[in-house]
Amino acid sequence: MSAHAAVPALELSGVSVSYGQTHAITDVDLSIPQGTLAAIVGPNGAGKSSLMKAVLGLTSATGDVKVLGKRAAAGRHLVAYVPQRRSVDWDFPATVLDVVLMGLYRELRWWRRIGRGERDRAMQALAEVGMADLARRQITKLSGGQQQRVFLARALVQDADLYLLDEPLAGVDAPSEAALMATLRNLVASGRTVVAVHHDLSTLQAHFDWLAFIHRKVIAAGPLTECLTLENLRSTYGTQLLAVPAVWEATHA
Amino acid sequence: MPDLLAFLGDPTVLIVGAGAVLLGGVAGGLGAFAVLRRQSLLGDAMAHAALPGVVVGYLVSGERSAGPILAGALVSGLAAGLAALHLSRLPRIKSDAALGVSLSLGFALGVVLLTRVQGSAGGHQAGLEAYLFGQAAATLRGDLLWLAGAVVLCTATMVVAWRPAKLTTFDREYAAASQVRVRLVDALLTGVLALTIVLGLRMVGVVLMAALVVAPAVAARQWSSSLLGMVLGGAAIGAGSALSGALISASAPGLATGPLIVVVASAVAGVALLTSRRESQRA
Repeated sequence: MSAHAAVPALELSGVSVSYGQTHAITDVDLSIPQGTLAAIVGPNGAGKSSLMKAVLGLTSATGDVKVLGKRAAAGRHLVAYVPQRRSVDWDFPATVLDVVLMGLYRELRWWRRIGRGERDRAMQALAEVGMADLARRQITKLSGGQQQRVFLARALVQDADLYLLDEPLAGVDAPSEAALMATLRNLVASGRTVVAVHHDLSTLQAHFDWLAFIHRKVIAAGPLTECLTLENLRSTYGTQLLAVPAVWEATHA
Repeated sequence: MPDLLAFLGDPTVLIVGAGAVLLGGVAGGLGAFAVLRRQSLLGDAMAHAALPGVVVGYLVSGERSAGPILAGALVSGLAAGLAALHLSRLPRIKSDAALGVSLSLGFALGVVLLTRVQGSAGGHQAGLEAYLFGQAAATLRGDLLWLAGAVVLCTATMVVAWRPAKLTTFDREYAAASQVRVRLVDALLTGVLALTIVLGLRMVGVVLMAALVVAPAVAARQWSSSLLGMVLGGAAIGAGSALSGALISASAPGLATGPLIVVVASAVAGVALLTSRRESQRA
């Protein structure tokens, strides 16, 4: 392993997030290596989204966040974010291409018009998620899976080093799930790092190679082959998930 | 026909018409953002809460001059708008409740002050009741300059802040993660909206001004496929509605201008909704 790859893609030390009296996450230490396709897993209300928001600077957090060795603000331009598709109102006057172009706003000064070069980049990102033929479609007319692919394309045009996704496969049809995962695997193959909040335990093994179990703090983290144990599932989910043994049998059959 | 030509050649009518086009245009254009950001009620709260500022502005200056009244209206309208925004960020208050309280409280204060002034000697001559439902005929040449200034300011703001405003309106979280200063964009859009509303008070009145912001944008949404199209469409529909309403009102004394403008704008919105073939698919 080269010295460069030894720098973690994402490193959290002593990160805590509180809302009033409620502690969403407490004293989280987590180090995710470069080139992984990582899932952040935990029960509802375990603080998965809070952890992601702390990395993005969307919520006030204490502790230290480093992206590729760079502290918060300096590292944030290396990060592309894919929010939950349900977090926005899709009844908005815009085409698929318009939304993907939003990924380039950060690098365009206000007087710069969007030109051929920007459009080409956006079309390329749409092609990667298999949506090039829908570029001119109104976003009100997209299915859930298509919405999610548009959001991923918007992140792709940012050409980031670390991709953070909040439940990218929630409520997504099978063809879209396949297209999304193929795109994420391509990113990892090209040396990027992907970190996704994920809730479906039955697809963990098929989709990811690195895991962090979260329940207000880190229960366990590491390569999936070492980390996906019945003991870790039990201590993360406790009695919340009666289906744990079934999942276990399904993935270890 | 000669009657109509004489009517249109009347300088008063020209001023009223020009004022209506400027006001309706800027209100309808900004309305696109207010509607998409679900801030229609915020506009209504700011309009109603501008009334105490109008009366206080009059009391301070002692006359019906535009400057102090506009300044007073802007201060009290913005104060109510910002208070409502702040209240709705508190965990225990829903935003519609926060807006409802700000709206009613501001308007109640305004009506109390207004009735007090009208009861005083010479107060009934102040003509402040025109601010309730609007009076196009009261539009002065000086008002046109204010309106033109507001159009220039709002247009410039939107040109410079177009992409942050669009991004923040569609996807707030992603905007914040992309280093957009979301709170600043909010403040900017709320500020220009408040300015527009305050400038429309004399013509449309505090009670109905918000409708001139909302109705043209709702109409434009049905026919537009881009944000720019919705903003320009809203501006055109707002200008057209305000012009027709103001001209009808100016030609028939006794008809309040605000309600006429709002009836025209709402009729356009109704037609737009009925003829729209846009299917809205909600996830």
